[in-house]
Amino acid sequence: MAAELSGAPLRISRPVRRGRSATTEAPAVRVALVGLVFVFLGFFLMLPLVAVFVEALRGGISAYLAAIVEPDALAAIRLTLIVAAIAVPANMVFGVAAAWAVAKFEFKGKSLLVTLIDLPFSVSPVISGLVYVLLFGAQGFFGPFLDAHGVEIIFAVPGIVLATIFVTFPFVARELIPLMQEQGSGDEEAALSLGASGFTTFLLVTLPNVKWALLYGVLLCNARAMGEFGAVSVVSGHIRGLTNTMPLHVEILYNEYSFAAAFAVASLLALLALFTLALKTFLEWRFAGAIAAERAH
Amino acid sequence: MRRMRRSLAAGLAALWAMVAPAVADTTLLNVSYDPTRELYEAFNAAFAAHFKTETGETVTVRMSHGGSGKQARAVIDGLKADVVTLALEADIDAIAEATGKIPANWRDRLPNHSAPYTSTIVFLVRKGNPQGIHDWPDLVKEGVEVITPNPKTSGGARWSYLAAWAYASEAFHGDEEAMRGFMGELFRHVPVLDTGARGATTTFVRRGIGDVLITWENEAFLALKELGPDKFEIVAPSISIKAEPPIALVDGNVDKAGTRQAAEAYLAYLYSPEGQRLVAKNFYRPAEPAFADNADMARFPHLKLVTIDDPLFGGWKKAQPAHFGNGGVFDQIYQPAR
Amino acid sequence: MRGRARTWRKRSVLPGFGLSLGFTIAYLGLVVLVPLAALVIKSAGLGAAEFWRLATDPRTLAALRLSFGTALVAATINAVFGALIAWVLVRYRFFGRRFLDAVIDLPFALPTAVAGIALTSLYAPNGWVGQFLQPLGLKVAYAPAGIVVALTFVSLPFVVRTVEPVLAEIDRELEEAAATLGASRAQTMFKVIVPALLPALLTGFALALARAVGEYGSVIFIAGNIPYVSEIAPLLIVIRLEEFDYAGATAVAAVMLAIAFVMLFVINLLQAWSRRRFGYGS
Repeated sequence: MAAELSGAPLRISRPVRRGRSATTEAPAVRVALVGLVFVFLGFFLMLPLVAVFVEALRGGISAYLAAIVEPDALAAIRLTLIVAAIAVPANMVFGVAAAWAVAKFEFKGKSLLVTLIDLPFSVSPVISGLVYVLLFGAQGFFGPFLDAHGVEIIFAVPGIVLATIFVTFPFVARELIPLMQEQGSGDEEAALSLGASGFTTFLLVTLPNVKWALLYGVLLCNARAMGEFGAVSVVSGHIRGLTNTMPLHVEILYNEYSFAAAFAVASLLALLALFTLALKTFLEWRFAGAIAAERAH
Repeated sequence: MRRMRRSLAAGLAALWAMVAPAVADTTLLNVSYDPTRELYEAFNAAFAAHFKTETGETVTVRMSHGGSGKQARAVIDGLKADVVTLALEADIDAIAEATGKIPANWRDRLPNHSAPYTSTIVFLVRKGNPQGIHDWPDLVKEGVEVITPNPKTSGGARWSYLAAWAYASEAFHGDEEAMRGFMGELFRHVPVLDTGARGATTTFVRRGIGDVLITWENEAFLALKELGPDKFEIVAPSISIKAEPPIALVDGNVDKAGTRQAAEAYLAYLYSPEGQRLVAKNFYRPAEPAFADNADMARFPHLKLVTIDDPLFGGWKKAQPAHFGNGGVFDQIYQPAR
Repeated sequence: MRGRARTWRKRSVLPGFGLSLGFTIAYLGLVVLVPLAALVIKSAGLGAAEFWRLATDPRTLAALRLSFGTALVAATINAVFGALIAWVLVRYRFFGRRFLDAVIDLPFALPTAVAGIALTSLYAPNGWVGQFLQPLGLKVAYAPAGIVVALTFVSLPFVVRTVEPVLAEIDRELEEAAATLGASRAQTMFKVIVPALLPALLTGFALALARAVGEYGSVIFIAGNIPYVSEIAPLLIVIRLEEFDYAGATAVAAVMLAIAFVMLFVINLLQAWSRRRFGYGS
């Protein structure tokens, strides 16, 4: 999981040499392969994206805007922002702490810990929702206790936040761990020997060293947090204007014959995805040198 | 950096102000099933206006829609519904049994067995009825694809299933073996089994799958209205079932939230002349036809209807486990389409 | 490689071990382990015989088989095309390369529900693509093929992103040496490059498979959801819940959780193997 996230920067620092014919393919083969890739990605990635925007704008711009400023849609946008605003920083703090512990120290059971951190990646989102129902639902382990104290978790914002945190749990940690492992702890040791405090060292040495990786992790974590469907669907209760996040609102509109409106809200999420990718690409391009330096540490 | 942070905070505050909801005095949550979205959208607005003039209080009714069984499950798991308006008695019974938040005699607390509106099961076919579908036996003709949701999760699908069972009982004179054969054959013609009535409608009308949709009468009329009478036709079978979607106050929740007065007024208003008029306008058959507009009533076809209390079914308490319980008739006859 | 040079063990002079590890374990425990333990306890409460009966119910088995079968097909498609895409991105320079590179991550960033409705509108019999497939007798939406399409979409980046960095580090001189020694391009490809890529390729494949097996949001829109035919295991969990059948839901979930554990274990082994044997990988 870490590999595909941390792979991108490497490539940039390494210009490709034009090989002699013995180490590359015939021009015709190259053109064919590039063409094949374009066709495959066009078909599998671009076409669905285009479909979202075409369907969204089918009713015209004014219908599109009307669908987005509709009160329930705004409530869904607001809830999605709240959930991401809690889940992402929480996982960011966790990610930094976990990466510090795993990358800077050697201890028994480390590989087990890393495996457990990865676990939410391979657990079905539906299960991520189900476990919270089993814990906090009225029939669940803590249900009667919560009910007696008037605390609402399931079918309310806390449940949605918890399910989102579960699903986006590893993103930041898995981005930082391999990088910090590669960097080692030489810089930090030097800073400490020069008399810096532990916290200052972390703030002024470690953080600047990993800031771009941290940003990648946060970006992907945020995209997933705003877009999560399966886990949130199980714990939401689908109350219009109250516990519907944007992806759930898309489903509801879709089920109400409001296809254009469903695709309009979906297009906002697609724009978020495009923005995420654009920002990521921009950072890679703008700070290619800095990223390479981070890597080369 | 600091300036950036400040402008970011200002931006977030502005965004918040833009999307922050209006604050209401009383908020009710109506947990309902799939096809009632349009009905309650109209009814909630009418009720809010009525409640304002009666009491001077502002009330906002929030809605949650989904398959009836799924919605009952959510209430059992703690969804704080003030009222439930579901597709089946059995689903409200399940809430009553599992949570005790609804008294067991809930059905007797409101007129007409707590069903302010009824409906029935009809067929929706494509314009011109190319497959010549007029009655139940036409559904199992070679090459006919039938769309109906999963009776395990959809209340509407259970009514559809029971309507087919009523037909089979009549056609095969109660020969259970033959009846099961017919039902098995019927479900072999189903290529997509959605979890809710609305999903099935979408599959049929929007995705163009299937030749006939077995669905609520109200859902069929709504599809006609939303997607054009030039595309679909309603076919009334020779026999169908009187579907009674019940409503109930969730006492345990309203007493805790202090919303009993508003919630009771809400349910009572469904039986009022205005409520009944809206019910008929949204293609449900009102409990009191006298209150409805004649034009709305004239749309409903006349059908031979059995009820769930017919000895054939013996009420929901008996029909639910016998047909839809684990290992029940549906589990035995169900063979998916190839 | 770099990681390898640092396999020494010694007491670290760095501070914050207790704090960071303590926080990590506490947070991990609260957010992930306690909830998952609830699932395990609940399914253990069923008793072995009952659990076995529920887990081997024909419908459960059909759903698991479908989830696995379609995920395997999707992961295989992505292994082939992912390797090809990585190859093209790393080795060739062409117009639009940076753009392609950026869109590879789209499935990570695009919400699965959005992908689901978009793919359904494309592949339904009256959709952009579906209308051309329909006359050919090909049914994609509302059939297992539709599930494969959705799973291919959501798991597409994994292989590309695991193979890419490894490919970038393969020494061109090895290929040159092979060519000098008279190997044909095809021989070089299969005797030099493919073996070097294999661990990364397998890791990417396993990651794609793990993601695809549990996928829900994009699949339910396109699958058709017919028991025994196009009903995936995560959907069966939801359906069991909706039927008030907590035991059934928990049993299916526990089986899938066990599978997730095994897959993670395999992925870790693959990565360790790749590091040991080839000196690179994640």
